[in-house]
This record gives sequence, structure tokens and C-alpha cells, in this order.
Amino acid sequence: MSDATGQRVEITVTVNGEPHRSRVAPNTLLVTLLREHLGLTGTHVGCDTSQCGACTIHLNGAAVKSCAVLAVQANECEVLTIEGLGSIENLHPMQAAFRDCHALQCGFCTPGMIMQAVDLAQQSSNLDADAIRQGLEGNLCRCTGYQNIVEAVAKGASMMAATNALAHEA
Amino acid sequence: MYAFDYHRPTSLADAKALYATLEDPMYVSGGMTLIPSMKQRLAAPSDLIDLSSLIELQGIAQLNEVQGAACRVGGLSRHNEVAGSALIQQHLPVLGQVAAAIGDNQVRNRGTLGGSIANADPAADLPAALLAMKAVVNTQDRQIPADDFFLDLFETALDAGDIVVSVDFSPPLQAVYEKFRHPASGYAVVGVLVARYADGVRVGVTGAGPCAFRACAMEDTLNEEFVPQAVDAVDIPDAGFNSDMHASAEYRAHLIKVLTKRAAQTLLS
Repeated sequence: MSDATGQRVEITVTVNGEPHRSRVAPNTLLVTLLREHLGLTGTHVGCDTSQCGACTIHLNGAAVKSCAVLAVQANECEVLTIEGLGSIENLHPMQAAFRDCHALQCGFCTPGMIMQAVDLAQQSSNLDADAIRQGLEGNLCRCTGYQNIVEAVAKGASMMAATNALAHEA
Repeated sequence: MYAFDYHRPTSLADAKALYATLEDPMYVSGGMTLIPSMKQRLAAPSDLIDLSSLIELQGIAQLNEVQGAACRVGGLSRHNEVAGSALIQQHLPVLGQVAAAIGDNQVRNRGTLGGSIANADPAADLPAALLAMKAVVNTQDRQIPADDFFLDLFETALDAGDIVVSVDFSPPLQAVYEKFRHPASGYAVVGVLVARYADGVRVGVTGAGPCAFRACAMEDTLNEEFVPQAVDAVDIPDAGFNSDMHASAEYRAHLIKVLTKRAAQTLLS
């Protein structure tokens, strides 16, 4: 049993481009900071045991499970959540691909799937179905059987590559 | 998760000094085992000392420019950094292969080499790599050969307060990691890393026993003649091996032979 002193730590986390200052207990999870302190409930808690990946966000550009990261560990870091990825008017290509491919049923795992898929597409420009399935090992879906998710990730990745190519030309 | 106090020192000396003053502290780097364990109240440190700001623990480099010179991997190196490192790809590709086989992408983005070996999970991948590749673990004040590092279940030669600053690996002539992966957890039911050096073969095994070890009987046999079928004659006693719902001790002993044989076949092809 711990002998903690009720410590509170002052942290600044840049979330979706905006710096947020908070005072948190050290045992506050990053996902709790996002959902309960900042009201960003797009990031979901599925299992809370770092199995399901529903809480996947980007921490300094890399996909991590925010239920297995402490808020204090994200001090002075950049966080990107599903809310910062795109908007309803202007979906991120990966979001658009999930919609176009019917890659969700209940939608609970979708934010984590999309954040993970964006990380995969950024890591590799050459994602085949096997690489996508392996890449999604840390994300569980209980509805779709994954087929449409794999198709969506492939489509989203190629749309991202095309967007990048356009950006380079411009 | 129980309450605890949090510290993020900025030098190695501060980290160790802090450790000495606190009641029941633990170090955290990636936290991929520790934080889930704390959430389940399997671990309840009074204080967490976050090592992530220690520059001494960062970076991947070759110790000198000579071909075959050891590679030093900082304790804070994340698994995906190791897997994606151009230097590792060039000099120690098998270590990249091992790192890429750990957990899932999110875990590899966060978990660190130092954290993994200090935790010494019996089914972790990296311990097999350390043992097979003549690794030396550098702490703040001493160097521990991998052969002396893994002692028992979650037990290493690290003393209280010791920090894994870096690990030095000797690039083998040839090496491959064969893993029988648990499909849900991603941990090794058994993993075998076979490395060939000018002075002989080394076989590191993880997943089978309470901690990783070298299969010396296998090494002796392969040193006599490096052919896959030689493995058949080696006796691997399963006394003391792990036995659980996933695999019996007998099955794990069998897997050591199967995986070593596959490794030898791969290295000869």
C-alpha cells in the first residue's frame, strides 16, 4: 500500500494543437485527462487493460494506448486524438475510408482503429492486407469481423499517400 | 491504481539519489508492464521515478567504426525505434527482428529495451537476444554480462536502484529469431535465437523456463556440426519449465527443438 502525499503535478499537454495546463494526481491516466478533464470523449475506454486499443491516440506522433500512459508522462508532449484528426465537414482520408468501406458497426472501436491505422500508414507506404492485419493486432473489434476494416485501412492509406504526393507537388 | 508520488529527474545521478531517499520507489520508462500492473494493484510503489528525461539512456550507436564492433542500445530505446533503426538494420538486423516481434504496434511505440529486460518477464523476447548475442548490460556503475543477468522469474542481477543505461550487443556472423507466438498476448510461448560467431554458436531461449537461458546442449551439438537434423538427438529436460493453460513443460521443451531446428534451416538456406 502506498504512502503517497496527495501530490498534484502541474502539466502542460498540447492536445490537438492547443496547450492545456492541468493539475493532476500522478495516478491519473492520460485517457482520463482527455475524456474527463478535457471532455474529449471520442477516445474510448474499452477494456482498460491495454488489450483492446479503443483508447489509441498519438503521443508525439506515435500511436499508443492512452489507458496505459499516465497523464504526467505526457507532460510537455503533443497529443492527437480523433477530434483533432478531422472534422465532420472535412474528414481525414482515413475517416472517409472507414465511412466509404462500411468499416464499422457499433463504432466503439473505430476511433482507436483509425488512430492506429493513420500511424501504420505513416510508418509504411506499402501496406498490404497482411501488414494491415498484423498492424491492427492491438485493436479489437467485436462486430465487423475485420474484413471491411482492413479494406478501409488500405484505402485510407492510399488516399493519404495521394494527398501527400499532391502536397509535395504544390 | 493506488496513489503514488511522481518524479522526473533529469540526470542519472539524481535518479539514483532520489531512489535512495524514497520509501518504496520504482523506476518507470515505457510503463507497458508496470502501469497495467499498478492498475491491477499487483504493484503499488510509493513513488514512480520516470526515467524518460535521462539523455544518458538514449540513442543507438556503434561503439567504434570497425566492422563487427558492438552496438550500444540505450535503455530508453523504444522497440519500434530499435526495429526501425538504420544502424541496427545494418549491423544487428536480428535485433530489429526481435523488437518487431514484441507485443503490438502501440506497445512497440512505447515500451523500451531497458524496461523490458529489467522486468525480465519469462516470456519476453529480448532476453533471448541478449543471451545469444553476448550482450553486456551497462548500469550506472557496472557492466553485467547477459549470462549473469537473468536469474529467475522477474529477477535479474540488478540491485535496488540500478538503472539499465544501455546494452551492448556483439553482431554475430549470422542469426535468426524463431518465435512461437501466443496469438492473443503476443508473448513468446517459446522463442529461440540462434546466433553464429567465429568462436561458436549461441542459442538463447525465452518462454520455456522461469527466465531466459542458453541451451548449452544445443550449442555443443551445433558446434560439432551445424545441421538442422543434429538437433533431434539433443535431450532437453523439461524439469522446472513453465507449465500453464497455454503449454505444458513437455511441450515447451519440444518447441525449443522445433524452433532451433527451424532457425538452423533458415541460417543454412
